[in-house]
Amino acid sequence: MHDKSVAQLIAGLQAGQFSSAELTRCFLDRIGELDSAYNSFISVDEGAAMAAAAGADERIAAGNASPLTGIPIAQKDIFCTRGMRTSCGSRMLDNFIPPYNATLIERFNRDGAIMLGKTNMDEFAMGSSNENSFYGPARNPWDTDLVPGGSSGGSAAAVAALLAPAATGTDTGGSIRQPAAFCGITGLKPTYGRVSRLGMVAFASSLDQAGPMAHTAEDCALLLNSMAGHDPLDSTSSESATEDYCAQLEKSLQGLRIGLPREYFGEGLDTATARCIEQALKELEAQGASLVEVSLPHSHLTIPTYYVIAPAEASTNLSRFDGVRYGHRCEDPTDLHDLYTRTREEGFGDEVKRRILVGTYALSAGYYDAYYKKAQQVRRLIKQDFLDCFEHVDVIAGPTTPGPAFALGAKSDDPVAMYLEDVYTLAVNLAGLPGMSIPAGLVDGKPIGLQLIGQHFGEARLLNVAHQFQQATDWHQQRPAGLTGGNA
Amino acid sequence: MAIEQDEIEKIAELARIRIAPDQIGQVTQRITEILHMVDQLQAVDTSNVEPMANPLDATQRLRPDAVTESNQREAFQAIAPAVENGLYLVPKVIE
Repeated sequence: MHDKSVAQLIAGLQAGQFSSAELTRCFLDRIGELDSAYNSFISVDEGAAMAAAAGADERIAAGNASPLTGIPIAQKDIFCTRGMRTSCGSRMLDNFIPPYNATLIERFNRDGAIMLGKTNMDEFAMGSSNENSFYGPARNPWDTDLVPGGSSGGSAAAVAALLAPAATGTDTGGSIRQPAAFCGITGLKPTYGRVSRLGMVAFASSLDQAGPMAHTAEDCALLLNSMAGHDPLDSTSSESATEDYCAQLEKSLQGLRIGLPREYFGEGLDTATARCIEQALKELEAQGASLVEVSLPHSHLTIPTYYVIAPAEASTNLSRFDGVRYGHRCEDPTDLHDLYTRTREEGFGDEVKRRILVGTYALSAGYYDAYYKKAQQVRRLIKQDFLDCFEHVDVIAGPTTPGPAFALGAKSDDPVAMYLEDVYTLAVNLAGLPGMSIPAGLVDGKPIGLQLIGQHFGEARLLNVAHQFQQATDWHQQRPAGLTGGNA
Repeated sequence: MAIEQDEIEKIAELARIRIAPDQIGQVTQRITEILHMVDQLQAVDTSNVEPMANPLDATQRLRPDAVTESNQREAFQAIAPAVENGLYLVPKVIE
């Protein structure tokens, strides 16, 4: 059961081949037996999962199931879950038990999906390696000496290790796509505002977006059908209509125009990775797509722009952690000032503190125009580059990352080197566009991701391209050595 | 732009984060590296470019001014570090 896609599991549940209780038990047992090697979960509540599975089985028997009823899903530990610790990978929230559910959790509950547990992540979603977690790094199932990527590294590792058939992630600058690429799975960051942010611990509010992570594009479409939609409780949630994201999967790619930004194939891209991407593009071309060279001339400015805007928004959002209403509080504060400053010194890790300080600086009197306003202006230029490209092409394609997964510890002492990991993904968040990463090859046994970027609210088209690619390739079916595959 | 250690101390105070004296040097160095990278922005001509706060240029939606939530003070205070009689407790502010 554990190596089937979500679509296959849905068919199996509906045909009565197995129950949700059996399925959920199978994944819980795998987590219990195997996760010490990957550290992909922070919290698991077996009792709650099995109770939900029993409810799902009743619903299936009664004939009022939704597609995801009875399907186990791992949730990133950034989504508030009523009665279950939501740590966000931070000591600050190590004792935080939310009194409410994120809208995304409510939607999965409504549809009868089973929450297997909460997955590991970089603290407050700040990181590209999962090494910034208070709970220790998650590890890459393809090689446990490698990072799984971040910040949604636990979700990617859990799916890649077949500890969950699918998971959720959040993506502020690449945090779904980069770990999906490093772990050989499929991940989608929807258009900004497509999935509700209510109850998703805020990092950078104009960039944050939740999305699905699974083995296949079809599975991502099935999850997105449950996740997407307007939420009146999130003031930035889009009111534009959703669609059935599975409806266009089978469409032919004949006539599809794919833009290849020359800036994404130049200096900095690992040559073996480049070969994988070129091979993947040939496959799309063989299916009738045409490849068009395009340019995103402000690409070199995406990292500096992002590293002003994201820290500025983070410094504002994270000011709420004050040791007064919930979360960590230091011992024996001498006065209110001591309470705030020591609580925040102890509760936040190094990278979170750095970003708060950079953001505070960028927003402080005398520097606001030079940093924050300037970055907001360049952000518009970056978005306009994409809009100009989409005058000529339907989707944009390129590598998700400059190379395959790196070793634990390789970049953890150099923040700027770590930031360069996200060079191809950050612009998508700055422009608010949907982006995907799909498995497109292996370099020395390490997975490589092909990134697809769509037009605003063009998720269905992206999923269609990814699905058609996966009909003709088997990269998404490759599994790390040592994991049982096939019909197990 | 180089940033001095005393400036980092000022920012840390604004952000209400204590930095241990033995770490201030390293924090200053790391933030200097980040700001140096960010300084590429200064060379870009952005005259007549409107700053963009929302990627879809969306404007704030308004909703009817109606009560939609019930009072859940007890549930919210159950997770607080220290409360008494429905109030959050902090160290004495006024002597």
